[in-house]
Amino acid sequence: MGERQREDGIIGRGNREGSDLFRQWFADLNRTAKEGSPAAYVFVMGSINEILRTFNLPVVFPEINSLQLAVRRVAHEYLNEAEDYGYSPDICAYVKADVAIQMRGGEHPMGLIPKPALAVLTNACNTYIKWGEIWERMYNIPIFTLDVPGTRAAGTQTWAGDPDFENDRRYVQAQLTELIGLCEKVTGIKFDIDRLREVMGYANEMSRGWKQVLEFNKTRPSLFNALTDATIYLGVANSFRGAPEGGRYFTNLVEEMAYKAAHGIGTMSEEKYRLFFVGVPCYPIFRRFNELFTEWGGTFVHSTYLWFASGGANLGFQYDLARPMESLAEGVLISVRNAMDSMFYQDRAILELIDSYHLDGVVYHPIKSCRTTSAGMADNRRSLMASRDIASLFIESDMMDRRVVSEAQMKNRIDAFFEGLASRRQQEAAAR
Amino acid sequence: MAYASGVDVGSTQTKAVVINETKSIVGRSLIDTGANVIVAAEQAFAEALRDANVREEEVEYVVGTGYGRYRVTFGNTQVTEISCHGRGAVHMFPGTRTVLDMGGQDTKAIRVRSSGEIVDFCMNDKCAAGTGRFLGAAASALDIPLDQLGPTALRAERPVRISTTCTVFAESEVLSWLGKGKKIEDILQGVHQSIAARSIGLLRRVGVEEEITFTGGVTRNIGMIEALQNGLGAKLNVSDDSHFVGALGAALFALDHVLAGRTSATIGRSS
Repeated sequence: MGERQREDGIIGRGNREGSDLFRQWFADLNRTAKEGSPAAYVFVMGSINEILRTFNLPVVFPEINSLQLAVRRVAHEYLNEAEDYGYSPDICAYVKADVAIQMRGGEHPMGLIPKPALAVLTNACNTYIKWGEIWERMYNIPIFTLDVPGTRAAGTQTWAGDPDFENDRRYVQAQLTELIGLCEKVTGIKFDIDRLREVMGYANEMSRGWKQVLEFNKTRPSLFNALTDATIYLGVANSFRGAPEGGRYFTNLVEEMAYKAAHGIGTMSEEKYRLFFVGVPCYPIFRRFNELFTEWGGTFVHSTYLWFASGGANLGFQYDLARPMESLAEGVLISVRNAMDSMFYQDRAILELIDSYHLDGVVYHPIKSCRTTSAGMADNRRSLMASRDIASLFIESDMMDRRVVSEAQMKNRIDAFFEGLASRRQQEAAAR
Repeated sequence: MAYASGVDVGSTQTKAVVINETKSIVGRSLIDTGANVIVAAEQAFAEALRDANVREEEVEYVVGTGYGRYRVTFGNTQVTEISCHGRGAVHMFPGTRTVLDMGGQDTKAIRVRSSGEIVDFCMNDKCAAGTGRFLGAAASALDIPLDQLGPTALRAERPVRISTTCTVFAESEVLSWLGKGKKIEDILQGVHQSIAARSIGLLRRVGVEEEITFTGGVTRNIGMIEALQNGLGAKLNVSDDSHFVGALGAALFALDHVLAGRTSATIGRSS
């Protein structure tokens, strides 16, 4: 194969294959819904897909269903229906969109969404708990809440070998054993530990690849946009976790990044400013939001979204298949805890990345819909600014509700941010 | 002599300034923006030229700013009002480290370095509470000219507490206080204190560091200056030209282009 052909095939492969897999996943859900087969409702911060796949349970991510409505610019129709039904304008718009999907019998632009046979949630988001209760009332299904001990205070995480960590790990493992019993009951399938090992092996391949992909973006120019391209990667990371296609996808993606890095192929023709994104994207104007930055030569090279919305898989935790249950508990504890830390203590993590990712600025995007990811963001920003002289921007909108997304106001603030970056760069040049 | 100009198209009023090479204001104008933003920008620029006794072709560079900056069709570049107010305030009062700009629909708190570089900023979001429009609503409810609001408020002896932060509801709250027999000056002082408290909240979000410079149209209201100073416990920098700080900042950015021979050592976006 000639170099030109190879380049054509490999560059952008992650986006193409990711989009194909995503459509395939929704097509499978559509088929499940039409057959009336059981499905599990799960969340991105601790899907426990490893166990659910062991029982061949298709997983539905209501958060992904909801954000797809915003990207496809129909979220307002669903939000209005839920609000007409009685849900407040002030609560999570992901929840309201899902309620409307359920009220429509699973109708969604990507296909029919199956009804839940059970729901698995963690305490990583306080809204998950109330959300699960809605399905419990609607469908009279079992709701399994996995309580993952979080970091008690900034910088106090414990690790394997520490007595506190071992207590936490045993606590998580006991719950996972309960979940296995529940899955046996719901599916009528007997638990097979070798099947679990197989699924965990695919998850290992994926986590290893995800971590490598994220680290590749330290390269200058950056190889992918952490807001746009990486959202495609993230979709696969969630929906195909523990599946052979998911492991293979990330192995291929690492190959693509290595190729681009070796050939200096960046995501922009002229990369002027490298930015870090904190929070959840502005899905109602997803492309436009990104353009407001790229028009100035700014690109997002990393994001906390890629940490917490992958359930902490960014750490690349590798399961020990020789002791699957203990290792699964350890991995879930460390990864979900990391997802929570990336929302609550992200200032410390960002501080460590400023130099290695060559960051020029940090963009904070608190959203009206989600207090979990947004509360404390202003304090985290202040803490970062006190530790390091780096430009930052604080812009508020929403991940679903276009009624609280004001493009003109955002543009004004973003323009001022880049004017400040330009001025800062001029003065640094003058001082040299 | 080379000249540069800044045109600040605000939601309520449009300001234009012409400066010379020594960064001195040689002409200024202030007109109501009205419905046609393009015409307002052209008229303000033309009036500033007349005031400066300068011909249009003598002005080498024009920067548009304000919410209507992209409608300054004759401008060479646009710069946000956030950068312009920061730059203009530091030029006017070199000790400035914090800027409060209160306009018709926007209130901005801006923290700056001695160079005029913006460290941080914060603005009112999706709501005109705490802006000049809030004062306009009160003036309308009380049937008092805008220029009498401040002096009247300063005569207050027992100010009322205005609880609403909504500009629309402020009018009905003002009327309800009137219905209770409260004096106009006490009601107005309450309105000023309410706006000042909200603006000080914005300032605290970016961090208040003296000197504090007050800019924008509301700087002409002596009652608001008093209310802010009392709330902050600090003196504000204000001048007769404070209304023109945004346009002045834009003109200074324009002059950068003139003096740099339009090299890359400037900021702003070409139209």
